[in-house]
Amino acid sequence: MHDMPGFDYHTNIPGTTVFDGKMAMKGYALNKMCYSFNKKVCRDEFLADEEAYMEKFGLNERQKTAIRDRNVLSMIEEGGNIYYLAKFAGIFKLGVQDVGGMQTGKTTDEFKAFLQSQA
Amino acid sequence: MAKILGGISTSHIPSVGNAIHNGLQQDPYWKPFFDGFPKVHKWVADAKPDYVINIYNDHGLGFFLDRMPTFAIGAAHEYRVEDEGWGLPELDPFPGAPELSWHIIESMVAQEFDITSCQELAVDHGFVVPMQLFWPGAPNNPDMPRTVPISANTVQHPIPTLKRALDFGRALRKALLSFPEDARIVVLGTGGLSHQLDGERAGFINKEFDQYCLEKIVSDPDELTKITRLELVEKAGAQGTEFLMWMMMRGAVGDDVTELTRNYHIPISNTAAGTLLLECAQ
Repeated sequence: MHDMPGFDYHTNIPGTTVFDGKMAMKGYALNKMCYSFNKKVCRDEFLADEEAYMEKFGLNERQKTAIRDRNVLSMIEEGGNIYYLAKFAGIFKLGVQDVGGMQTGKTTDEFKAFLQSQA
Repeated sequence: MAKILGGISTSHIPSVGNAIHNGLQQDPYWKPFFDGFPKVHKWVADAKPDYVINIYNDHGLGFFLDRMPTFAIGAAHEYRVEDEGWGLPELDPFPGAPELSWHIIESMVAQEFDITSCQELAVDHGFVVPMQLFWPGAPNNPDMPRTVPISANTVQHPIPTLKRALDFGRALRKALLSFPEDARIVVLGTGGLSHQLDGERAGFINKEFDQYCLEKIVSDPDELTKITRLELVEKAGAQGTEFLMWMMMRGAVGDDVTELTRNYHIPISNTAAGTLLLECAQ
């Protein structure tokens, strides 16, 4: 979606996407798919045929690519909300430190050390 | 009439549920967090509440973006703990208190808080982990009070302002105190403190800001209402906005409170974990 006048209420916070109405509209299909992963039957259906499952929820090509590449930053850029994306990560037994590392170019251990360094 | 005994806040990190399940309370990683709870356990055992108002934020289990209530109040006989997708232990349902729920709902709307009522509501770690922390073995702890869940939206902006959260709590206080039963009530407000799960800034924690919030929420919560929502995102992290739940709890316990215990530890999972117990003057 292109910028629409009146939709940008937010100042820029580096490294942070404010999940507002604009992002919620952009990412609706992606988030709806990830919300479905609350249910085991849906997780299993996705694993059996990822492409068909993405098609079923109407993901656009950029969203599909982000899912195929397991690229969390791209998912966020395409409107993904981390609370739903976490359920996608859960399918692969990835925790929030793994996902943190994936987004910041760190290994999971490096990411944990970074968290610890802020104590 | 009903009494509000106190308010308890803590972080509601999912992995805490697993740590409890696996008995890791004395493990070196977890001990500094769990050490914040013995005083809370003693207080809860002495207070013997009949009801617990559990103010939390749903994380994409009970609600999706198709309809996203800003403030939702449970009105069910029981609250199911459903699969969130990442393998948290399964638990029995938590017993509800629909007669108190409807009293709160009537009172909140009369006070012009136009809430969403929920006769069915699946609850996630945001609701469950604090219950497990305060009532070990929950929901099968013999002292487990009946509950009313209240969820505020922190998933999708616009989220409520800090002032609205505090005012909601103050209205909730009026609702609870007018409940026509000699009921003993405790209010939970959980989530936070600073953390960010998403984006290049994932892993952000802000000790100085958390300490400021912990201090002010006890002594001068109105001062915190000067913080804008975007400032909260900037200073507490994208998910640090869960501090709104603490503001709601704070409003509900009234002006005359005593801080009985406080704990703060970095990190638990990706989060600066805080715990706070406020007792109400009677």
